[in-house]
Amino acid sequence: MRIALAATCIADAMFPQAPRAVVTLLERLGHEVVFPAGQACCGQMHVNTGYLAEAVPVVQNHVRTFAPVADGEWDAVVVPSGSCTGSIRHQQAMVLERAGLPAEARAATAVAERTYELSELLVDVLGVTDVGAWFPHRVTYHPTCHSLRMLGVGDKPERLLRAVEGLELAPLAEAEGCCGFGGTFSLKNADTSAAMLQDKVATVVDTGAEVLTAGDWSCLMHIGGGLSRGGTAVRPMHLAEILASTREAPVVLGPPAGSGTHQEVAR
Amino acid sequence: MSTFLGMPAARDGRGPSPEAAPGTLSGVGRPEDPLHWGASFPDAAKAALDNGQLRRNLGNATSTIRTKRARVVGEVPDWEPLRDAGSAVKTDVMARLPELLETLERNVTARGGVVHWARDAAEANRIVASLVREKETDEVVKVKSMATQEIGLNEALAEEGIAAVETDLAELIVQLADDMPSHILVPAIHRNRTEIRDIFLERMADAPPDLTDVPRELAMAARAHLRRKFLSAKVAISGANFAVADTGTLAVVESEGNGRMCLTLPETLITVMGIEKLIPTFDDLEVFLQLLPRSSTGERMNPYTSMWTGVTPGDGPQEFHLVLLDNGRTRVLADEAGRSALHCIRCSACLNVCPVYERVGGHAYGSVYPGPIGAILTPQLTGEKSDLPYASTLCGACYQVCPVKIDIPSILVELRAREVSLAGSSPDTADRVWKAAMKAASFAMADGARFRRAARAPRLLRAISRNGVIRRLPFPGSLWTRSRDLPEPPKQTFHDWWAGREDGR
Amino acid sequence: MTDARTEILSRIREALGPDGGSVSPADAVPREYRSAGEHVPGSDVVLDLLIDRLEDYKAHVHRTPAADLPGVLARVIAQRSAERQEVGSSDYRSPDIPPTTRDAVRGSVVVPSGIEEGWLSGLDGVDVHVDSRDAPLSAAELDEIDAVVTAARVAVAETGTIVLDGEPDQGRRAISLVPDVHVCVVRADQVVQTVPEAVHLLGAHPDRPLTWISGPSATSDIELDRVEGVHGPRTLHVVLLS
Ligand code: SF4
Repeated sequence: MRIALAATCIADAMFPQAPRAVVTLLERLGHEVVFPAGQACCGQMHVNTGYLAEAVPVVQNHVRTFAPVADGEWDAVVVPSGSCTGSIRHQQAMVLERAGLPAEARAATAVAERTYELSELLVDVLGVTDVGAWFPHRVTYHPTCHSLRMLGVGDKPERLLRAVEGLELAPLAEAEGCCGFGGTFSLKNADTSAAMLQDKVATVVDTGAEVLTAGDWSCLMHIGGGLSRGGTAVRPMHLAEILASTREAPVVLGPPAGSGTHQEVAR
Repeated sequence: MSTFLGMPAARDGRGPSPEAAPGTLSGVGRPEDPLHWGASFPDAAKAALDNGQLRRNLGNATSTIRTKRARVVGEVPDWEPLRDAGSAVKTDVMARLPELLETLERNVTARGGVVHWARDAAEANRIVASLVREKETDEVVKVKSMATQEIGLNEALAEEGIAAVETDLAELIVQLADDMPSHILVPAIHRNRTEIRDIFLERMADAPPDLTDVPRELAMAARAHLRRKFLSAKVAISGANFAVADTGTLAVVESEGNGRMCLTLPETLITVMGIEKLIPTFDDLEVFLQLLPRSSTGERMNPYTSMWTGVTPGDGPQEFHLVLLDNGRTRVLADEAGRSALHCIRCSACLNVCPVYERVGGHAYGSVYPGPIGAILTPQLTGEKSDLPYASTLCGACYQVCPVKIDIPSILVELRAREVSLAGSSPDTADRVWKAAMKAASFAMADGARFRRAARAPRLLRAISRNGVIRRLPFPGSLWTRSRDLPEPPKQTFHDWWAGREDGR
Repeated sequence: MTDARTEILSRIREALGPDGGSVSPADAVPREYRSAGEHVPGSDVVLDLLIDRLEDYKAHVHRTPAADLPGVLARVIAQRSAERQEVGSSDYRSPDIPPTTRDAVRGSVVVPSGIEEGWLSGLDGVDVHVDSRDAPLSAAELDEIDAVVTAARVAVAETGTIVLDGEPDQGRRAISLVPDVHVCVVRADQVVQTVPEAVHLLGAHPDRPLTWISGPSATSDIELDRVEGVHGPRTLHVVLLS
C-alpha cells in the first residue's frame, strides 16, 4: 500500500521520533510511506478553543495537502494521534461547511473517510496485530479520551501491544479517566488540569511500568511532564515507537527525562 | 433580598459571603442570580481543589454512583435502542413544541387544572407567590425541583413572608446550611455524613441531641422533623420530570416519599415546569422510565414515581396549578446547534462521570446547573459571556453516558466559538492575547513551508533545558511548567528529517 | 403588552424558524427497544425475577396460594403492632404525635373500600378502618394506623416495581403513603416482565392517579449510600398470590 503520513504538528515539532517510528514500522511491514510536505496541522487546537474562523485556512491546507488520497493516488492516510484523527473525521467538514465552503467540506469528508489513526490502520486496514516488534519492558497503556470515545478504537492498541515480543503489559487503574490535558484546557484551567494530572501520574506509577504508552503525543507530553516533574522513572513513549522496535533495531531506553540524558530513539 | 434564614444574601450576585469557606458548616449563601454567582470558574475551581475534604467527599460519592450506574445499565440488553428512542422523542418534542404545549394545556385544563405561563423567573415567582397568598398560609412544603432553584423561588417567597420548606433530604441540608446545591440530583454531595450531622445539630431545632452520623439515623431525624409539616401543609410546590401532552399527565420521580407527601396530602399543588419537559404520548414514558432511574441513582427503578392528571375528585390535591416556564429556554431553542441541551432529563449521569466535576464540585460552576450539562445550559440560558464552555477537557465521558445522547462536547465547542465572537473586540487583555496567539498560529499552520520554519522555533528552548527537560518558563509558558516539565525539543523536526532522508536517496 | 402565553408561543415559533425546526416527524422515532419481555406475564421466570428484584431493594416478599392470604396478612399485622408498641417513643416521630398506647387492640389497619373482603378474614381483633374517596380518613388519623393493605394494578419484574392506580381495591394515594407499613397484594397474572408492558396496560386509563413503588422509601442523599426508610412507608410487604 501507498500510505500518506500526517505527522501532526505537535509530533513534527516536538516528538519527531513518533512519525519516524511510523515510517520505520510501515516500511518494515512492506508498505510505501509518503510524506506530503505541504502539511502543517489539522486545525484541532483552533476548533476546540473556539477560533473557527482562524481554523479555516489551517483546515483548508490540510484538506488540500491530502486531497490526492481521495483520487486514489495513495491508499490511505495514517495519523499517529487519536485526537487529530478525530478532528479530521468529526470537525473539519463542519468548519468548512460553516464557513460557507460546501465543496471544500465535501472534499474534507472524502479525505476523512480514508484517514486512519495508527492502530485502526494496522488492525482494520492492514489486518495485522503482530507487527513483529520486540520490546522487553514492562509497559502500561493509557487510552486517550479521543481515541477511546471519539474514534472508538477499543482494545486495538492493547492487542497490538500484547503481540509485542518480550513486552509485559501492566494494567492501569482508572485507565479510561481523562489525564487532564484537554489542549488549551491545560492553560485556561491550569489548576484543574494539574489536579487531574496528579491522579493519572499516581495510577501510572502504581503499575510499576518502565514505560507509559499512548496513541497521542499531546496527552503523553502532559503526563510525561508530570512524571518527570514528580521525579519518577517512567518514560512516555508513543505506541508507534514501541511497535517500531525490533531485535535488530531495538529502541533503547535511556535514563528517564530529568535525571540524565534525554532519551533518544535508536536510528 | 434576604434569604430564607434571614441571613444577608450574597450581595450583588458576585459571590459567596467572605466567611463562607467551603468545608465549614455555613454554605456559600444564596446568590442574587442562581445562574451566575461566585468567582470565575478557574478561581472557584482552584479554591475547591485546595479543599481536601471536599475532594474526598466528591471522589467517594461519584465513584460509588458511577459503579452503580454501570452495573444496572449493563443489565439492560436494549440500552442503546432506548437511548436512540429517548433522543429522537426529545428532538420531535422540540420541533412540535408549540402544538404540544397547547395540547398539554388543553388536557390539564379539561381535568380541572389551571395552567399559567411565565416568561421569566420574576413572573413565575409572582404567580406562585400570589397563588400561595390566596390560600392564606405562610408555609409551603416543596419537592426538590431544579426549575424552582433556577428561578430562586424560595427567596422570592421569603420576601413575601412565606417560608418554603425543602423536604428532599439533600435540599433540606442545603437549606439549613444556607448553601447552594452542588449537584442536580444530590445537592449536598459536597457534604459528608459528619458535616450533615453537625448541620442538623446546629440548625434543626428538633434534632435529637444524641444524633450520630449514621446515615439511617440522619434520615430518621429528617423524617421526624418534616412529618408534622407534611401532615398539616395546605400548599405544596413541585417541579416535574415529565409532562405528557396527549393526556395532561405530570410525573415526578423520587426516592424518599417526600414527593408523594407533597403531591398527595396538601389541598393545593403548584407545579413549576420548564417548557421543555414535555413528552408527546403516555407510551413515551416507557422509554424515559427506563432511562432516567438507571442513569441517575443507578437503580433499576427509583422507589417512587407519582403521576397525576389534573385533579382527581376525592383523591389528592383538589386544586392544581401548572406554571410553564420559559426563562431563557426559547433562547436555547433558537440555537440550532445547541438546541439539544433542552433534551436533558436532569439525570446527572454526566456530572458523575465528568473528571472536572469530580475534582472541583458543583459550586465552582457558579450556577444551579453544574457539571457538563451546566457548562452548556447555563450560558445558553443566560446568553451572557461565560467561562464555563472552557471548563472541560472535551474527554467525551458525558456524551457516552447521556441517556438522551446530548453531544455535550460538540456543543461546548460551539459555545467556545460563541465566546470568541462575544470577546470580539473585548478590551480584556487575556482575550486579546489569546486572539493574537490564535491568529499567529493560524498563519503559521496554514502553509507547509511556513510551518516547517515555525516548527524549528522550539529548538531555541534547548538552551534552557537540563537533563532533557525544561522546568521553568516565563508566562504564559509558566501555566504549563508550574505543574509539569516540558520535554527538551528535538534537534531536528520531522519535516527536516524527512527532507534530509529524501535528499540522501 | 401581550400576555405571557402568546409571547412564549411566538418566541418558540420564531426560535424554530419557518420549517418548524427542520427535524424528523414523530413516526421517525426509532423504537428498536423491547416492547415486551420474552416471558409471559405471571410465568415462573417472571415471578422469580420480581421476587429477586423486590428483595434486592429490601421489600419483604411472601409467595402464597390465595387461600393462605388471610393468615399471612394476620401475621404481618400482628408482628407490626408488636414492634410498634415495643419501639414506642424512641421512634423518631414528631413530638406532637404521642406514641401509640393502644395495647388493647392487636394493631390497626386501613384498607380501601373495594378490597376483597375475604382477604381480611384472618384479622380478628385488629382495628380495621375502611377508607374511600367519599369517606376519607384524615392524614392525622392515617398516621395513627399501623399498616395499610391494598391490591395493585400491575407489577414489573425487571425493576421490582408495583403500580397502584387508585381504583377502589387500591384506594386513595394517602392511605398507601402515611401508614408505616404497606402490604400490597399482587396476583401472579398481574406481573409483567418489562416496563413497556406495564406502561401499555396503564395507558388504558392514563388519567388515574398512579403510584409506582419499588421497595420501601429510600434515600441516597448522604454520600450516595442507599438508606431504606424515609418519609414513605418504611416497610413494604408484597404478597404474591400464585
Ligand atoms: S445532559 Fe444527559 S447525562 Fe447530563 S443530566 Fe442531562 S440527561 Fe443526564
